[in-house]
Amino acid sequence: MSQPNDFGFGEEAALLKDSARKFFADNLPVDALHRLVADNPDPDRAPAVIWREDLWQQMVELGWSMLAVPEAAGGLGMPLVAVAGLVEELGRAAFPCPLLGTLNATYVLAACGDSGLAALEEICGGRSAALALTGASGSWQAADTPLTVSGGRLSGTASYVQDAGKADRLLALAHCDSGFALYWVDAKADGVAIDSDAIVDLTRDQARVTFSDVEALRVSDNGLVAVNQAMPAIWTLLAADMAGAAEWQLQTTVEYVSTRKQFERPLGFFQAVKHPLVDVMIRIDETRSLLYNAACAWDHEPEKAAQYAHMAKASASDLAGYASSRSVQYHGGIGFTWECFVHLYFKRQKHSQVLFGDGAWHRAQLADILLPAAA
Amino acid sequence: MSDSAHRDSPEQAEFRQYCQDWLANNTPGEPPVRLPQSALEIMTEAQLAYLQDWQKAAYDAGLVGCDYPVEVGGGGRKDCQRIANQEMIRARTPFFPNVIGLGMAAPTVFYHGQDALKQQLLPRLFSGEDIWCQGFSEPGAGSDLASVQTFAERKGDKWVINGHKVWTSLAHFAEWMILLLRTDKSHKYDGLSYFVVPIRSALGKGVTVRPLIKITGETGFNEVIFDNLEVDDSFRLDELGKGWQVAMTTLLHERGAGELQTPRSGGMTSRSTHETKAAAVMDLARNTPRGEGCAAADPLLRDRLMQAVIREKAFEQSQRRSRVQPLLDHPMRLPLQNKLLASEIAQEVSELALDVAGPAGSLYLADANAPAGGQWPLAYMNTFGMTIAAGTSEVQRNILGERVLGMPKSK
Repeated sequence: MSQPNDFGFGEEAALLKDSARKFFADNLPVDALHRLVADNPDPDRAPAVIWREDLWQQMVELGWSMLAVPEAAGGLGMPLVAVAGLVEELGRAAFPCPLLGTLNATYVLAACGDSGLAALEEICGGRSAALALTGASGSWQAADTPLTVSGGRLSGTASYVQDAGKADRLLALAHCDSGFALYWVDAKADGVAIDSDAIVDLTRDQARVTFSDVEALRVSDNGLVAVNQAMPAIWTLLAADMAGAAEWQLQTTVEYVSTRKQFERPLGFFQAVKHPLVDVMIRIDETRSLLYNAACAWDHEPEKAAQYAHMAKASASDLAGYASSRSVQYHGGIGFTWECFVHLYFKRQKHSQVLFGDGAWHRAQLADILLPAAA
Repeated sequence: MSDSAHRDSPEQAEFRQYCQDWLANNTPGEPPVRLPQSALEIMTEAQLAYLQDWQKAAYDAGLVGCDYPVEVGGGGRKDCQRIANQEMIRARTPFFPNVIGLGMAAPTVFYHGQDALKQQLLPRLFSGEDIWCQGFSEPGAGSDLASVQTFAERKGDKWVINGHKVWTSLAHFAEWMILLLRTDKSHKYDGLSYFVVPIRSALGKGVTVRPLIKITGETGFNEVIFDNLEVDDSFRLDELGKGWQVAMTTLLHERGAGELQTPRSGGMTSRSTHETKAAAVMDLARNTPRGEGCAAADPLLRDRLMQAVIREKAFEQSQRRSRVQPLLDHPMRLPLQNKLLASEIAQEVSELALDVAGPAGSLYLADANAPAGGQWPLAYMNTFGMTIAAGTSEVQRNILGERVLGMPKSK
């Protein structure tokens, strides 16, 4: 199969991206975001789940949470390139909501065949979701899931569950007698305990989720295959979030160094400041080109999807670290304070940088594909 | 169907088929002599003759200058040079020798020359019969190009030129030169004018060409001295004092950011020259012993190899994205990165090859044991030509920071 030259990014995708940008800018501009999530700077503050649930409901009504659900399951069946366009805008706004988790679950469920249909219909009905498959060691290999199932009951503690405090459902991968099974669990069910982590990132929540003999809907007997099949989409969308956030960091920092004067010159006059910001731009463009290539491969050339998604997430992770450090550094003293908005993005990006594998991990995976025998 | 053929217009699809058919029968055989890595290091008449024959054949077949109007010797097609380039690269043809002509002189003459001049110059430029060179840099004018001092003094309908140009690639073979010079000493930018100058016919009569030797030991570029050379006013491009604006057209195309696609042949990917992409470094790593195994098993080298692969892929995909309107920001944001990225990625890749090769990377062209015939150290050294010429990487970052991001000018 071959990819269309334009990534398959058509008019519908462009409209979706534009309307998402407008929605986030109108409803939660960065000053409002800061008032919402950065109200309490106390480093010892208790973990809290802070978001605008009313805005999430509006996003659900716009159909954004069911964009990726196949039409056969009642969803909109949009291609990954279009979803990636929306998620870039989500990242640009550093918007707190369970959209990424819900999309991630969608791609896993869609790989489960008919047994995933009931759960996908719940997503179409407005339910949000989070993936539970990582253990305390932080391994991103799905086969390392800490959860087990016996006698049809789910047990164990999943760590680093993203936006668990906002999700209605948990999609859990567990070891079972025959291999790996996937379960669709009501987050409020008896035996489910969600312990929020105290995290640096103010725009997300994260939790350890403990399952104690929980009875739940089994959506796949072949869960590892479904999760691994969905991973390229998951990596690609996270890369899109990071590219969008990095563009905000770039534009905000460029604006600051173009107005702030020292030595009778705007800071951006000095090449020690100007050139690294150009490098941030270049890395953003590399990441964007790679992530739309990965998304297009997912849509049109699935045999290349994993390879290209590793490239996109590796590039995005390195970009996120670089753009974050430069954004704080070039804001100078004010950039080191809680009142300057750059810390919101700095913290989200440092979080995204390691989620689902950092740059070195994705390059190691890619090397195993491209240089297999030598390892 | 190939990737690139997917969204061709009917005209492009037909032309692509034509190119494939022609190339199947007309791709030249192995060259009689060792070729350099690019046209900028052509040293001998034998190398030049082989490459000129190829360019002439490709032009006669309609694969060069496709998008230029028929009146100036072009093919009169729309957005087809890209197609011809893709097919020539796929067919692993040799590179074209007249790179300065195709990439810089042609668009500049086309946009700024009078009709008669275009009709006179462009057909023989496209065919490669006339080799072109570029007279921009001077001993005192490098990154600060607008400070050129070569001066033309008016004498009736003629101009008398005196001055000294350097780093002039292909001047030793060139019939013509594009020449940026000063016609007014009282204005830095507005005192510049732009000419096309016949230099081969003036050798020993006002023009001296002397070779400069590169860091690699190769020649290919020169210094050119003008001593009372008389040229006709009809060789001036655009108005007097507009030289800087004309030079911007040249530089935009030189940096791969111009309106007209430059005809580009196989180049580095041709059979007879050396492949310098990351894939070739991976091959080198598989074949280079390291400890008990090979260099490709070393985790640190694997990480760097993947960094190189990823950057190459990103550059390729940015070319693709640059034609997808809804995924673009500032219209010059991607085009103005082309030169910087092409040169820096090539440098990163060839430097990595030397690290992979280890001690064997010390072996050069004349050593029978050198990996890839000693082409890796040659490639690495030559990339500094790329990161310095046509505006250094530092100048490119100024341009990107100022023109695309809108930061204050650093001068």
